[in-house]
Amino acid sequence: MRAVLQPHRLGLIGLALALAVWAAVSLRWDWIPRYAALGAEGLWRTAWLLVLSTLIGFALAVPLGLAQAAGPRVLALPARWFCTLIRGTPLLLQIWLIYYGLGSLFPQYPWIRHSDLWPILRQAWPYALLALSLSYAGYEGEVMRGAFKAVPHGQLEAARAYGLSRLAVFRRIWLPQALARVLPTLGGETVLQLKSTPLVATITVIEIYAVASRVRQDTFIIYEPLILLALVYLVFAGLIVLAFRWLERRFARGLG
Amino acid sequence: MLDWLFQVWPGLDASAALLSLSPPGWGGNLLRGAVNSLIIALGAFGLGCMIGTAGALGKLGGGPVTRDLLAVYTTVVRAVPELILILLLYYAGTDLLNQALGALGYRPVQISGLAAGIGVLGVVQGAYATEVLRGAIQAVPRGQIEAARAYGMSAVQVFRRVTVPAMLPLALPGLSNLWLIATKDTALLAIVGFSELTLETRQAASSTRAYFTFFLAAGALYLIMTLVSTRVFAWIEARYRRGQAGARA
Repeated sequence: MRAVLQPHRLGLIGLALALAVWAAVSLRWDWIPRYAALGAEGLWRTAWLLVLSTLIGFALAVPLGLAQAAGPRVLALPARWFCTLIRGTPLLLQIWLIYYGLGSLFPQYPWIRHSDLWPILRQAWPYALLALSLSYAGYEGEVMRGAFKAVPHGQLEAARAYGLSRLAVFRRIWLPQALARVLPTLGGETVLQLKSTPLVATITVIEIYAVASRVRQDTFIIYEPLILLALVYLVFAGLIVLAFRWLERRFARGLG
Repeated sequence: MLDWLFQVWPGLDASAALLSLSPPGWGGNLLRGAVNSLIIALGAFGLGCMIGTAGALGKLGGGPVTRDLLAVYTTVVRAVPELILILLLYYAGTDLLNQALGALGYRPVQISGLAAGIGVLGVVQGAYATEVLRGAIQAVPRGQIEAARAYGMSAVQVFRRVTVPAMLPLALPGLSNLWLIATKDTALLAIVGFSELTLETRQAASSTRAYFTFFLAAGALYLIMTLVSTRVFAWIEARYRRGQAGARA
């Protein structure tokens, strides 16, 4: 509390408050009630795209990292190529390749068009989710490679000497320790993933950024939606940081 | 010589025709886009390094107000999507410039996409560079700087002769990451309509319907940029690490 109450901080806080009051009074916010429902939908879509793509991406990243850290060459090389490929090209390009490429390929096969999945595959969100998940997997596969390698080898040998099976060593020693080390990095990467989600607006997924763009196009109000959007993302990023801080406290216990 | 390749890969000749450099093919457009992307990335990276140096020095040696303002800058830029910053800075930058010009009695100007792209991505890069350089400068042993001061060097001389050479090896991995991010972030300017590689690719793809051909070709171009830059940075790093005892990658 004392850090906040230094005189210059009070001045800056006063300045920020004055800015906020000025923005609330003199900028135009009358469009908010009209777009509130759409905005809530967009928020929800951004949230689940972020959570699902992070979970799927991480589930892929663990084998990718393991293959690179300890796998045979047959597995390690493709895993490394995948990570290089994902990390070496822009996400926007990947999203467009998957959406326009696969999206134009699928209708050519009648059995896909007549399958029960077709109503889902006709929408944009599966492609958005796929592209975001693959991207997260590529970046985190590289992170997990380093994490798996950083666990001291003696611990794994000790666990084997205790008679634990390979699977048990992985589940109870290797993965938890790698995870605990890598949580701070993952937190930062997840904020980056949040910052990537607006890109899916370019393939007609109506998440919160797309809602703000629509407000801009409909009403010709430029700054207000963008400022509100920036605040929304700041809150999202703050929530991610808090969530990872909680995870770190929970899982990094007992790690020196 | 490559006949066998055309035989095992049907459709390759059609793709090759689409990608050829002369006008019926779109290869020339793609390459022009790639050059534009590279120019923006270089400009943004350079601007980002300048902002980053100033920011790092401000964070380390500035007064309390400077430090708080810089903290706000780096936090906001690192939490808000680049896309939104690009739109905000693009509109606000053009608006403010034209209002300033109007107040001075000049007529409004149209900011070129190139300048806007460099400016906006530079501001984004600057926030990340601030953190990278701050960490690197902090890691320079204090004794070295004190020794240089004791020799009677001025603050500028200490910075130029001691701090920069000593911190560069520590900052280079972070800076090389930033450069890779800069090359990929140029793709975002496609959304505001600047014709860099990704937008050229999309135009070529949607007018020929050959989505895979063009997106894969553009991916290859980006990948080449990435791989070459990784090599170049590895070489620079090896050069700057010479004579550094115990400093390893």
